[in-house]
Amino acid sequence: MKIAVLSGKGGTGKTLVSVNLAVAAKEAVYIDCDVEEPNGHLFFEPKPIGSEQIVIKIPVVDEKLCNGCRKCVEFCKFNALAYINNKLIVFDEVCHSCGGCMLFCPEKALAEKEKMIGEVQYGVSENVTVVTGILNIGEASGIPIIKNLLNYAKGEQAITFIDCPPGSACIVMESIKDADYCILVAEPTFF
Amino acid sequence: MKQLLILSGKGGTGKTTLAGAFIKLAKAKAYADCDVDAPNLHLVMEQSVAPKRTDYYGLPKAVINTDQCLQCDLCRQNCRFEAINVNHEYKVDYYSCEGCGVCEIICPENAISLKPAVAGELVLYADETVFSTARLKMGSGTSGMLVTEVKKQMNLVAKDAELAIIDGSPGIGCPVIASLSGVDMVLIVAEPSISGISDMERIIKTAEQFQTRVAVCINKYDTNLVNTEKIESFCKKINLPVAGRIPFDSNAVKAINSALSIIDIDCTSGRAAREVFAKTVEFLFSKS
Ligand code: SF4
Ligand code: SF4
Ligand code: SF4
Ligand code: SF4
Repeated sequence: MKIAVLSGKGGTGKTLVSVNLAVAAKEAVYIDCDVEEPNGHLFFEPKPIGSEQIVIKIPVVDEKLCNGCRKCVEFCKFNALAYINNKLIVFDEVCHSCGGCMLFCPEKALAEKEKMIGEVQYGVSENVTVVTGILNIGEASGIPIIKNLLNYAKGEQAITFIDCPPGSACIVMESIKDADYCILVAEPTFF
Repeated sequence: MKQLLILSGKGGTGKTTLAGAFIKLAKAKAYADCDVDAPNLHLVMEQSVAPKRTDYYGLPKAVINTDQCLQCDLCRQNCRFEAINVNHEYKVDYYSCEGCGVCEIICPENAISLKPAVAGELVLYADETVFSTARLKMGSGTSGMLVTEVKKQMNLVAKDAELAIIDGSPGIGCPVIASLSGVDMVLIVAEPSISGISDMERIIKTAEQFQTRVAVCINKYDTNLVNTEKIESFCKKINLPVAGRIPFDSNAVKAINSALSIIDIDCTSGRAAREVFAKTVEFLFSKS
């Protein structure tokens, strides 16, 4: 069973609730999807078992092949490409890794390189397997990390608790995609 | 115009409460709420005029015309966001689609088109003061772009304002990065909890990438004095000015629940907020 713990605003005690639920369960997996501010591990201090680097694909241009047609620049919906001073420039931070520019370059001048955007760490703390996703500073989107994190969820005997990021944007939708139940942590204020 | 951005890394540190107090103390002619995912500033800042509302279009979403689709599977193979599913017919999952446009071009039957999609709403209150805010639709991406629009909307109408105060969003991702561009100074509202400290360090590093000036204040400092001192010595080590401490104050919650600012009533947190404000303005308008 997978239970996601959510809250509309931050600071309502979402992490407190999910950490303690995981401890109270006989056997549990705690997944911290709040990759921008992962905090759950601070309470568990898990014994580390391993980690995995999360990479995304970013285009690189072969300048010998590029003829400056700018088809890729026109295509990119995220304005991650520009052709300036006879050179194609890739803005890594805004690239969404859709692969379109590479697919559609008529000169086949684009290839992809891997770029690390963060890490998934896993470890144990007594009866709880603690899985934490960490987004590197300056990266815009943690969604590729969350996709990887959710692979650690266990279905059968153990209960998986998913500590979600605050709010209700795309990153939260990604975190609760496969959840069976959601717990909403609210606060009795006007906010 | 000088722009002051208030951030916190972690949510719930009292960022909006402090932003509201600052706006009142500064009699700011321009302010904005960039927490488009969970905007709250309008709840503390009473408005006398009706707002102007505009739909915000994020990136378009792909739509498959099933009459034209020959089920060749090319679109599904090439969509990097796993947004195309087959269940008798080919369909785009609205929430997963990022509007990249790959499928539109790859489809040999021209069965796919990108349709504009409303991703939220921009809200503008403008009389003598300008208040720009927005609300992102649930599950939408592109919050960074909406944040940029919120700031644009404010800057356009309030060109002559001397000081603009911007309430940021939690985290360090795209909305925060978007809110950082072009601001003169960031005030970080930290909390003396273990998670508060680690979040503060991450948000400081994010702000430093923009070479924005940073100051820190500590809210609810008396809930953990040891950690408060840790924060202060950390700031000292990396040469960040500390704008002050604000105590935990049950009157603050009461003020919020009666839609007042902490400086509207006589309370300890309100008094401390005044001092933090004076210090922050001093940093903001000082040279270097
Ligand atoms: S589409 Fe290819 S050839 Fe044209 S500008 Fe881009 S990289 Fe160069
Ligand atoms: S991979 Fe997609 S988002 Fe990145 S540069 Fe190419 S077209 Fe733009
Ligand atoms: S527009 Fe891009 S993300 Fe959306 S369905 Fe097409 S390929 Fe996938
Ligand atoms: S690429 Fe076009 S024709 Fe092929 S499955 Fe997709 S929508 Fe259908």
